[in-house]
Amino acid sequence: MGGWDDIERDVRIVDTTLRDGSHAMAHQFTESQVRDTVRALDGAGVSLIEVSHGDGLGGSTFNYGFSATDERMLIAAAVDEARHAKIAVLMLPGLATVTDLTVAADLGAGAVRIATHCTEAEVSIQHFQAARKLGLETVGFLMLSHMSTPEALAKQGRIMVDAGCQCVYVVDSAGALILEDAAERIAALVAEFGGQDGEAQVGYHGHQNLSFGVANSVLAYRAGARQIDGSLAALGAGAGNSPTEVLAATFDRIGVVTGVDKDALMAAAEDVVKPYITRLPVMDRSSIVQGFAGVYSSFLLHAERAAERYGVPAHEILYRCGERRYVGGQEDMIINIALEIAAENEPVPAGA
Amino acid sequence: MSEKAIGAIVGPGNIGTDLLAKLRRSEHVDVRYMVGVVPDSDGLTRAAELGLETSAEGVDWLLARPVLPDLVFEATSAKAHVANAPRYAEAGITAVDLTPAALGPFTCPVVNISDQLDASNVNMISCGGQATIPIVRAVSRVTPVPYAEIVASVSSRSAGPGTRANIDEFTVTTAAGIERVGGAAKGKAIIIINPVEPPMIMRDTVFCAIDPDADRDAVTESIHRMVRDVQVYVPGYRLKAEPQYDDPRPGWNGRARVAVFLEVAGNGDYLPTYAGNLDIMTAAAARVGELLGERIVRSRSEVSV
Repeated sequence: MGGWDDIERDVRIVDTTLRDGSHAMAHQFTESQVRDTVRALDGAGVSLIEVSHGDGLGGSTFNYGFSATDERMLIAAAVDEARHAKIAVLMLPGLATVTDLTVAADLGAGAVRIATHCTEAEVSIQHFQAARKLGLETVGFLMLSHMSTPEALAKQGRIMVDAGCQCVYVVDSAGALILEDAAERIAALVAEFGGQDGEAQVGYHGHQNLSFGVANSVLAYRAGARQIDGSLAALGAGAGNSPTEVLAATFDRIGVVTGVDKDALMAAAEDVVKPYITRLPVMDRSSIVQGFAGVYSSFLLHAERAAERYGVPAHEILYRCGERRYVGGQEDMIINIALEIAAENEPVPAGA
Repeated sequence: MSEKAIGAIVGPGNIGTDLLAKLRRSEHVDVRYMVGVVPDSDGLTRAAELGLETSAEGVDWLLARPVLPDLVFEATSAKAHVANAPRYAEAGITAVDLTPAALGPFTCPVVNISDQLDASNVNMISCGGQATIPIVRAVSRVTPVPYAEIVASVSSRSAGPGTRANIDEFTVTTAAGIERVGGAAKGKAIIIINPVEPPMIMRDTVFCAIDPDADRDAVTESIHRMVRDVQVYVPGYRLKAEPQYDDPRPGWNGRARVAVFLEVAGNGDYLPTYAGNLDIMTAAAARVGELLGERIVRSRSEVSV
């Protein structure tokens, strides 16, 4: 029992279809899609449903893509539709502010997930403090966790916990963690503040770029993680997230109680989500490169757009993003890299 | 030294020390005092070695000098400046505020300093603001900018504890500066901290929404001219690529977009060159000091004639 609600669960499956999936949908979610998805997830027993622009509150920008529908309307619709589930929002300090968080709380959001690069947790302290004052459940996201060691991640998680965070996630934003890579990171956080009656829980958020999302999630659970993220039909950045319906079926098979109805989630994926998906996430060349080179998954559509605009290969852009170790939020660098590659590919003038 | 205005720096940390290095090259400002609150701090020791009068007894000591400064550069914290500002004003000292306190008008030397030469307190906005507002202004002086958005990427090593503890201050203040000084109807600011080693040099991207029929050649020319003007005080300020124009896309409200990619390398005076975000603050403050100092000296000579 994780103490999330009155349903017995060994692990809590958290659904991010309506947040991470926003990347794959180029932030074009409609209110009716949000309502239908929340209703299906809520009915299947999912207790926490994340709804925001893919880059979190305030993410509707030139750099990340403008939302078709104001996220405040989507959050309000989700809150209205959920009967048992709590609605979570994502925020990235440096992009969104305490004011944005307060607005989300006023709309009825019950939880906030505050995301920083995995070495920069200090920037989240003021937001965790504000979130707790607002009475929100608090979750911390250490993004691009593959870029740090288990020991260093545990120290960063400690900063979040001391600021009021109730569950710290190892976030594999690039889908770059392979089996033990994920388990060792989870174990280090559990040793620092988790475990039986620990100060805070530990969570895992996986991507499918190298296909390890579900396998890593099982290992994460065995290492002590108690919250695991998924998306229906894998809808998410890069090659998508660990599919919620596969997580539910897998945990059921190994006897781990999730408190969710796997068949209802499979139905939600087939009947609710797949019909509206405009671009099914797949392990194609670009997303595999993201996993291999350790590139933030949401760079994918931006790289594809720049590739088309400047006539250069998307996977080459992504390889360079990996070499330069760009972090989440630096989508603007993608255009600059595309320009560089285009300039290098220009024929050398005669006589030069 | 009567041909120079007398300056004081309050806050002998990295910013204050780098600012001192820049102001020692000034034609119009003679920095005579460096003030802190920690005895024998590195910054105070360094300033004393350079021949400044120094003290760890704060602003009380400064305001008790027989010869008061004409100009004080505040490189402490917003809280400290809020407390100190009325005392400077009462003593008739002009304040150049490098903190986020924003009591005086926002100042960007290449954009609006000429309107503020008589202000008793000017605020330097933010590092990202000093780097990007000139570009927003370069666009908005040619064609209306209904929306401008900036993304500042800085090295983790150059993001100090103050920035980290109150990162909202950066986004809110910079967005306001993009509007009030840059001339955009609506502004948005984003800051990213990147820990890569060796440290990345500050990068800034400026996106402006513009009319699809705007004169793109004139906008590009204006941007290049502005970059040259900033280079006068920040030699490491440069375009990484030519301005990029995109025709309207769905969701852009019928607007086209110009994107400008900047790199800001510092001068390496005291701060490392990658910390262009800190350097552009001290360089801009030194530039403002230079202009205010010249004005003070000129008005003094007019009085004496």
